[in-house]
Amino acid sequence: MISSLLAQAWTAPTIDWHAIAPELVLIAGINLVLLIDLWLDESKKWAMATLTGFVMLGAVIPVVTLAVLGGDVRDAIFDGRYVVDEYALILKALFLLVGYVVVLLSQNELEEGGYYQGEFYVLMMVSVLGMVMMASSRDLLSVFVALELLSIPAYMMAAWRKRDVKSNEAGVKYYLLGVFASGVLLYGMSFLYGTTGSTKLTEIGAALSGDLTGMQVLAVVFVVAGFAFKISAVPFHTWAPDTYEGAPTPVTAFLSVASKSAGFVALLTVLYLGLYGADEVHGPFIWAMAALTMTVGNMVALRQTNIVRMLAYSSVSQGGFILMPLAVMGTGVAESSLRAVVIYLLIYAFSNLGAFAVIIAVARKTRSGEISSFGGLMSYAPGLGVLMTIFLASLAGIPPLGIWIAKLQAFKALIDAGSTSAYVLAIIAAVNTVIAAGYYMRVLRQIWMSPVPDGDTTPISPPSSIWLALGITAAGTVVLGILPGLVLRFADLPDLTGALGL
Amino acid sequence: MYAVNFLILAAVLFSIGVFGVIARRNAVMVLMSIELILNSVNLNLIAFAMMNNSPEGHVFALYVIAVAAAEVGVGLAMVLMIYRNRRSIALDELSVMKG
Repeated sequence: MISSLLAQAWTAPTIDWHAIAPELVLIAGINLVLLIDLWLDESKKWAMATLTGFVMLGAVIPVVTLAVLGGDVRDAIFDGRYVVDEYALILKALFLLVGYVVVLLSQNELEEGGYYQGEFYVLMMVSVLGMVMMASSRDLLSVFVALELLSIPAYMMAAWRKRDVKSNEAGVKYYLLGVFASGVLLYGMSFLYGTTGSTKLTEIGAALSGDLTGMQVLAVVFVVAGFAFKISAVPFHTWAPDTYEGAPTPVTAFLSVASKSAGFVALLTVLYLGLYGADEVHGPFIWAMAALTMTVGNMVALRQTNIVRMLAYSSVSQGGFILMPLAVMGTGVAESSLRAVVIYLLIYAFSNLGAFAVIIAVARKTRSGEISSFGGLMSYAPGLGVLMTIFLASLAGIPPLGIWIAKLQAFKALIDAGSTSAYVLAIIAAVNTVIAAGYYMRVLRQIWMSPVPDGDTTPISPPSSIWLALGITAAGTVVLGILPGLVLRFADLPDLTGALGL
Repeated sequence: MYAVNFLILAAVLFSIGVFGVIARRNAVMVLMSIELILNSVNLNLIAFAMMNNSPEGHVFALYVIAVAAAEVGVGLAMVLMIYRNRRSIALDELSVMKG
């Protein structure tokens, strides 16, 4: 047996090295940072952040060259189970950029808090690698591996302040619910594989049409519920506020933007390639989740006095808006729903990261997370006050700032769908937009009108890395809002919907 | 032997696991319940692989085993961490943050 196997001629498969270059750069960077960290003197640990930043930006270079030279879809690699198309490239660039901004935000926090630095950056890069893989995954197995690759380091990052009881609680809650969710997800995936005979998403999609069997219905519900934990959709959101409050603030920014977007990317890929034939099962399910998510998220956010916790609930409710177009994807508006979700993810990343950057900058002085600590910010830090106004106004959906164009696209998808349930969801979303403006405005009132709570008006001087992060996010928020054509053109994604034959 | 026997066993294991995660307050017991869930998935995958006569299920199960080991490694480290800070691994005492 073995001798006959050995006698066979073996030809190496051709590998498109250019297509997987972003992942390779990240893998090389992870090993480099890990090794250098071993021999680096404690006083020089600041260099790890710089190096990590360069690795993130270095991985963007092949993404850009692929986008410029590519043109054709590279799906021949790995049997169409790992695809590099425009959809994947846009999201890879987003994840790498978010990773870079989070490095900028964590630098001073880690140095001044006396936390382990090298390990933190290694784990963060591993998590970003998982997200970058997620954008390309087109197979249940690679979706699962990418999901775990991005989650497991994130559990540890949430518990990074290991002597702090709150941070412990944040990490444990995130871990337990995350692992439970991946168990539920896997159970659903095993049924999907069993009833369709393949783990490749396009083959599942071809087999899953017409009348579904009971097992297939169960599989679709379990898979969608598993992803719902990751994107903190109500009623699977209970971990989010506690984890966001307890984790170090840069990690919270990372979780609420990058990790959440990766969950949405996974959901999008699986829904569009694998489960589009089951839309009468997941359509109503996602409809109910979207409506509940935005309503519950907003209602609880109104009551919060801690700004990080308020932003946590606000990001839960933004998740409802991102889910909204997916509820109607089966009714002939697949393409505009996909575009709405991708645009929302791109713009939401900038605005939310920016808001967290301002919170980190202000908390360096006030040492507090309460909304009242923002009182009178305009009188001693006008720059930060104006930036916070931009980010919160964008999150509230006020034109011409960032998110208004994303919200417009989401509503457009619902109106295009034209069914009664779509109109009802649009009305719920419109009411929620108004409620959300309420709590964003409350923070703005503190910033512009209230007096300084303790009378301490020494100006804040954030380090240059935080200014750079603020600059990137503010530029993204403003430019994408004023020139929406820029991002609308990017998100024209015929590849993914083309594969469905729609 | 029919594949359905394995599926029923897996469903029972999954249900016990879900019950354990929801009802147990000891962190180690919850971790063991999560292991039960993941192993029920493995059983499912292998049964389906035999049924469909395709190797993908076997490969998937191997990956699940490896990832489950990594997950539990992190989980036990976290349990150790909360034990050091509070001398207890009861999960319902983890309630500093509310609302």
